[in-house]
Amino acid sequence: MDAKTVVISVSILAAALVMAIGGYGPAKALGKALTEALDATARQPEASDKIMRALFVGMALIESIAIYAFVIALIILFANPLIGYIVK
Amino acid sequence: MKVFNLFPETIFSIGPVQITDTVTTTWFVMAAIITICYLSTRKLSIKPSFFQEILEAIFEAMEKTIKDILPLDPWLVVPLLGTLWILIGFSNLAGLIPGVKTPTADLNTTFAFAFISFSMTHVIGITTQGLKGYLKHYKEPTWILLPFHLIAEVTRTVALAVRLFGNMLSGDMIAIILLGIVGLLVPIPFSLLHIIIGLIQAYIFGVLTLVFIAGGIRTKS
Repeated sequence: MDAKTVVISVSILAAALVMAIGGYGPAKALGKALTEALDATARQPEASDKIMRALFVGMALIESIAIYAFVIALIILFANPLIGYIVK
Repeated sequence: MKVFNLFPETIFSIGPVQITDTVTTTWFVMAAIITICYLSTRKLSIKPSFFQEILEAIFEAMEKTIKDILPLDPWLVVPLLGTLWILIGFSNLAGLIPGVKTPTADLNTTFAFAFISFSMTHVIGITTQGLKGYLKHYKEPTWILLPFHLIAEVTRTVALAVRLFGNMLSGDMIAIILLGIVGLLVPIPFSLLHIIIGLIQAYIFGVLTLVFIAGGIRTKS
């Protein structure tokens, strides 16, 4: 097994782990945010406009963490900077 | 490295500047928006036609959204945010046309948008309350937090760009991968989801810009 094979196989494993672990936290957080927002809307239906706007912005902010993980996985898979050290 | 034909490719170059196909798609989107606006505002009247009514509804919705967040005259930022919302929304939806690449699935496009948002935050902050009054909000609770304010200026701009880019690229990628696996009808629900995500991301981009602008102004009131 030469060095290039090691780097490539470790990269694939790392990309899978990045998506798995990076998706777990935001998924839980999104579920919790939605639950709380629906709870608040059920309690105060007249405030639903404000709650929904805050929910959308908050969900985008939470989701961006998963998106960062996705971008890192893409960099690992398609534009891996470490292969450049090995393949001169 | 060319993968899936999903990343931008250079079509031609003017001197050192390379024109990719996402750039030309953006030009076509701009031309489409200008044409729609020109055609529907040619004969304005008190009793509005169908298209005039649609445009007025869009503008009233934007004005209402801005009025809720910004404690100033909303028409100070309606031109900026209207441009961001409409242009990003149309660009996100342009990828649904077969054979057209989503312009916002290119990191350069989203960074350009984010840079506009970043610079206009400072410009509007300085024009509304002067240079001194604007700089005052950096030492808001205490002087100790100044470095964190400066770091936040950069990171939130980068986050704005990467969020839009990642969402759009992931939507395209899911569609292409599913097309490779299952073929005909299964990617359609994901494309529908992609429409919603595209519109929400355009809204989010504008609202976050608005929140940043309001955060630079809030100290006065």
